[in-house]
Amino acid sequence: MITYISIIITAIFVNNIVFAQFLGICPFLGVSKKLSSAAGMGAAVTFVMALATCVTWLLQKYVLDVFGLGYMQTILFILVIAALVQMLEIILKKIAPALYSALGVFLPLITTNCAVLGVAILVTQKGLSLGESLVYAVATALGFTLALVLFAGIRERLALTEVPSPMRGIPIALICAGLLAMAFMGFAGISVG
Amino acid sequence: MNKLRIIYNGLVTENPTFVLLLGMCPTLGTTGSAITGLSMGLATSGVLVCSNAAISAIKNMVPDKVRIPAYIVVIATFVTLLQMFMQAYLPSLNESLGIFIPLIVVNCILLGRTEAYASRHSVIDSVFDGIGIGCGFTVALTLLGSIRELLGTGTVFGARIFPETYGSLVFVLAPGAFIALGFLIAIINHVRNRNKS
Repeated sequence: MITYISIIITAIFVNNIVFAQFLGICPFLGVSKKLSSAAGMGAAVTFVMALATCVTWLLQKYVLDVFGLGYMQTILFILVIAALVQMLEIILKKIAPALYSALGVFLPLITTNCAVLGVAILVTQKGLSLGESLVYAVATALGFTLALVLFAGIRERLALTEVPSPMRGIPIALICAGLLAMAFMGFAGISVG
Repeated sequence: MNKLRIIYNGLVTENPTFVLLLGMCPTLGTTGSAITGLSMGLATSGVLVCSNAAISAIKNMVPDKVRIPAYIVVIATFVTLLQMFMQAYLPSLNESLGIFIPLIVVNCILLGRTEAYASRHSVIDSVFDGIGIGCGFTVALTLLGSIRELLGTGTVFGARIFPETYGSLVFVLAPGAFIALGFLIAIINHVRNRNKS
């Protein structure tokens, strides 16, 4: 139990995927102009990351490791993630139209979200078990959502402020992200268990 | 002359980092020092040139509907080759770039250039476009890496400029990456605006 709590705290705060590991920066900068879309993107990433990590973990354990095909990891994982996102889109459209209309626009963007592939590779590198991998993936995605929502809140305010013209848009957003990352550094050193 | 213009376009007009703002994850994640930034830039450029050439060569054979998955497979193949090469010949560099080597496959610069350029230009032009964009990316990463290394530890490529005690470590850590890139893009915006007016 304590390992799970430790994984959760570490993945959300100490080793936040955006602020400490620099993964998923593209959606972090791209989909953070409005709070509502930031929350939607966060939910979609959580869903896909949990699913993709489970599927790739099983493939790694029962296909790649068994047949000694470790070098196929990158190709297989990216294809699996792309196929998964496509399938998820079709299934959601059929089964849960409400959920689909909420997450729909964000789903195709997730294929190129390096956080999803990154987490799938990281859990195999860390040698986590299936349960630990799932917890790690969900916690990482929650950390991503937290970062995205915090940042969107700041950017909504930022849009109303007077900023020197060369700094407008991405530069000032990056500097704000830097300050947020500095705040997250305060969590460094926390360890549970 | 025309080929030079393609390279100039990638290096300056459509610089992937400073103008198109693509490939932000490796830009921030691998520029803790000048040398890691430079190596990441070169690694990405290598994959970009090869996949641009390969995709330009097969562009008429791939049905339009499955072109994106096909492009991803081509890119992933070259990334896997690069991974094997680095594991065999540059193990320490492979260690320091870590997860960002396999993640070249989801770098939007690659899919973006193959889709926007290589899928409708000749092989030779695509190779030059790969070189140009690759150089632009490498220059950007090396510049950001040098600035962060200098401000953080007082060295550039390991050569000491000022004593280490004057450096502020935050520039080597995560927040410094965001802040340094933010100011760098602001400076470049300022220069571009001034040249325009």
